Amino acid sequence: MLTIAGTEFSSRLFLGTGKFSSSSVMAEAIAASGCQMVTVALRRIDLDNPEDDIMKALGQRPYTFLPNTSGARNAEEAIRLAHIARAASGSPWLKLEVTPDPRTLLPDPVETLIATEKLAKDGFIVLPYINADPILALKLQDVGAAAVMPLGSPIGTNQGVLSDSMVEIIIEQARVPVVVDAGIGAPSHAAYAMEMGADAVLVNTAISIAGDPVAMAAAFAKAVEAGRTAYVAGMGQRSKQASASSPEKGTLSSDLGFLT
Amino acid sequence: MFQAPDFNTLIKQINSSTDTDVEKALRTSRLSLDDLAALISPAAEPFLQQMATRSSEITLARFGKTTQLYAPIYLSNYCTNRCAYCGFSADNRIKRKCLTIDEAEKEAMILHERGFQHILLVSGEAENAVDVEYMEAISLRLRDKFAAVSIEIQPMSTEHYHRLFLAGITAVAVYQETYDRDMYKQVHLSGKKRDYDYRLETPARVAKAGMREVGIGALLGLSDWRAEGLSIAYHLQWLRKKFWSTAFTVSFPRMRPATGEFDPLEIVTESNLSQLIFALRLFDQDVGLIVSTREEARYRDGMLGLGPTRYSAGSCTAPGGYGNSDSEAEQFSVGDHRTFTEVSEMIKQKGFDPICKDWDCGFQIDKSTDPAL
Repeated sequence: MLTIAGTEFSSRLFLGTGKFSSSSVMAEAIAASGCQMVTVALRRIDLDNPEDDIMKALGQRPYTFLPNTSGARNAEEAIRLAHIARAASGSPWLKLEVTPDPRTLLPDPVETLIATEKLAKDGFIVLPYINADPILALKLQDVGAAAVMPLGSPIGTNQGVLSDSMVEIIIEQARVPVVVDAGIGAPSHAAYAMEMGADAVLVNTAISIAGDPVAMAAAFAKAVEAGRTAYVAGMGQRSKQASASSPEKGTLSSDLGFLT
Repeated sequence: MFQAPDFNTLIKQINSSTDTDVEKALRTSRLSLDDLAALISPAAEPFLQQMATRSSEITLARFGKTTQLYAPIYLSNYCTNRCAYCGFSADNRIKRKCLTIDEAEKEAMILHERGFQHILLVSGEAENAVDVEYMEAISLRLRDKFAAVSIEIQPMSTEHYHRLFLAGITAVAVYQETYDRDMYKQVHLSGKKRDYDYRLETPARVAKAGMREVGIGALLGLSDWRAEGLSIAYHLQWLRKKFWSTAFTVSFPRMRPATGEFDPLEIVTESNLSQLIFALRLFDQDVGLIVSTREEARYRDGMLGLGPTRYSAGSCTAPGGYGNSDSEAEQFSVGDHRTFTEVSEMIKQKGFDPICKDWDCGFQIDKSTDPAL
């Protein structure tokens, strides 16, 4: 069971809600994925409006609602938006996104650290979206991040976990859950992140723009589960050399037969 | 400052493109300006279908199955410029009107009730009617009621743009009309707008003032559309390098008949316009591409998802036109007369999500805590 800030999640797949062809397709995909954590851009929803299309589609379902600050260019904007969102929704959960470059939407490490510290002190459960930077991840957990969300590759690119060597270090060092976010374009990418030991993955574009988003959501659910099971089962080491699955005595270069 | 490349040199460059250049551009994932020149050249015309396919794939990946919707509000048709092509031109004998703040709010609330959350405030260029104080007052009145309020008015100073940003304006559109310097002089007969360079430098002033989004573009029909497209790309690339945290959009207003009865100097077909849109999408994957109601419903429906990312809907181009259907004094006549609901329904039927809210006034500085306001 994955636990973030005291809340338990049996599904390790988190979903983003952007880019879907309609709110109803989005809701069906979420249901098919079995996910229990859903992130929504605050810029897209009207929390004061009970008739808001996205909120209505998400309503009544047992998800943890994770609003995100997508669009914020600096800590100040993200903090302001977070407070407005909490006042309207009553929920302290927050996916912190500080992305000053509207093209790549890559996260600003300096502003993200400043905002995380402030928001954590203000009682938010902060899950910051970051580049796969192990030192930044450590600093963020020191200032109170509830989890860290390193990117696999630039958002929306479907390139998979290109940052794997850094993500591995983050996973190894983290005291808080590590959620691989952004760039996961195929179920195999999600499985790969989970096999590496990620605590969860967040997927959006790969599902929302798939030919059949609902079927794709189900495929991701299976991949995440398979990857997690493999990780827990204990993966064999990767090696560039072949090694026989039943080696004969005396043929191994590391044969210890010389020991008395 | 941005130096627009010589227009005639661009025309020559574009027209010298060959099939091989086009094929190379279509194989490239990061297009250069030379690649773009090939894609908007006559040599690329037989490749329109391939361009459309790539353009739609990129648009889908970057923007998803969505299209943003907005509506313009015409605040004033007073204008001190004489522009040969424009219905608001100072010497056109039309009924002039400038909305009061209350009237502007009334117009805005009509659109709000129709479902719009993003409005574009438009006016003729007359500082004695529409100045920074007037725009500031309207913005402060509307900022909490809409997710996004953008403007398309006369060019201003950086300082004035910054004041409007603090008052809640998020985006500014200012089109060069034509990047062809000679043609620019010919059609802008008098008024402040005659200064080509001041207008050309405006997008940079807007970005410098902190605005979130800057819209650029050219009026298609004044000069060679291909060279206009390439000029836009030069401008866009320069702006992107200098203002990396600003979002950019490009519009392609194709000339329509106006009161002055100015016939387009160059015919730009729907096919030409499509080629330009696809080529720009291939050149810049993230730029917002806007198609207004100048274009006909059939064309807008067909282009949905192929490259454009934002549509206006239910537009009236006369000041006060939403509350009062007397629309004699319009800037241009629209080609798509459908209502917001009809356009939204069309978008949904095509498997896309019509997005009205893609911003939040919460991003803006809180006026209650900001001493400047």
